[in-house]
Amino acid sequence: MEGTRKHPNYVAVWGALFALTVLEVAAVYVGLPRHLLVLSLLLLAAWKALLVALYFMHLRFEPRRLALVAMTPLPLGVILVVAVLQEYAKR
Amino acid sequence: MAHAAPLSAPRAEQGLGVYTQKLGMWVFLASEVMFFTALIGSYIILRWGSAESWPVPHEILAIPITALNTFILICSSVSMVKAYAAATQDDQKGLRRWLLLTVIGGATFVGVQAFEYHHLISEGLLPSGIREGSALAARLVDTGKVSATAAGLFGSAFFTMTGFHGFHVTCGVICMTFVTIKAFRGGYRGGRYHGIETIGLYWHFVDLVWIILFTIVYLI
Repeated sequence: MEGTRKHPNYVAVWGALFALTVLEVAAVYVGLPRHLLVLSLLLLAAWKALLVALYFMHLRFEPRRLALVAMTPLPLGVILVVAVLQEYAKR
Repeated sequence: MAHAAPLSAPRAEQGLGVYTQKLGMWVFLASEVMFFTALIGSYIILRWGSAESWPVPHEILAIPITALNTFILICSSVSMVKAYAAATQDDQKGLRRWLLLTVIGGATFVGVQAFEYHHLISEGLLPSGIREGSALAARLVDTGKVSATAAGLFGSAFFTMTGFHGFHVTCGVICMTFVTIKAFRGGYRGGRYHGIETIGLYWHFVDLVWIILFTIVYLI
């Protein structure tokens, strides 16, 4: 991101991250059904991670090709986990 | 014989359209994603594949203190990005103030994590599992809520993942201290903000990894 560009509202992003963290901790103690809890927590974590990547790491404002470089390892990570889980499934 | 004029070197910004340091940091971070994916993936697989009763994290770990620590790390990420914003506007006073806050936030995170480790070890959670005769063993293993095997897997995975993350934060704090000293000496005057942005990317990445770790290890 070039310095001449307008900066996003970082304090608003901070507020969203704080609210999402509070929601996450509250979800653990509320006593949601297990599957719903895991799904909610994963979605909230993904949302927070996306906010950090898009606004703090400025991926939203970078050339698309750089965003592709940044995202390259994600499918590899999924393949890694799924491949080993397959081994467990076969046992 | 007259020499041909040397070809001008290609500009580093060509190609992906970003300067070399930033591209280098992104490539490094891509390798770090694979490193942490291997650790997190191992934890998921161990937990999913464990036939034994796995420990419920919030029965062993102090969630409120770690949530506070998560918040501290998020705050340090905000102060880092504010330092970057100040650097791009050549606001040296703001740059120094925000960098100092970032260093304090990072050091506090590491300090709280060290305190947490000390507390957990004294309670009986070790990298090898739950210590026999400890308070945790009496509460979880002796009552049959958690198997000793699963406790061993949990202990080793917990200390490996959080330990490697803590090591990354510690490295970040050390680097950030040098950057802060350089900022106090006026090293980033006149729009020279590339160093701030590059170290900032690392710092935000460490924050991002903790967001995932906190959810997977502490909350689920």
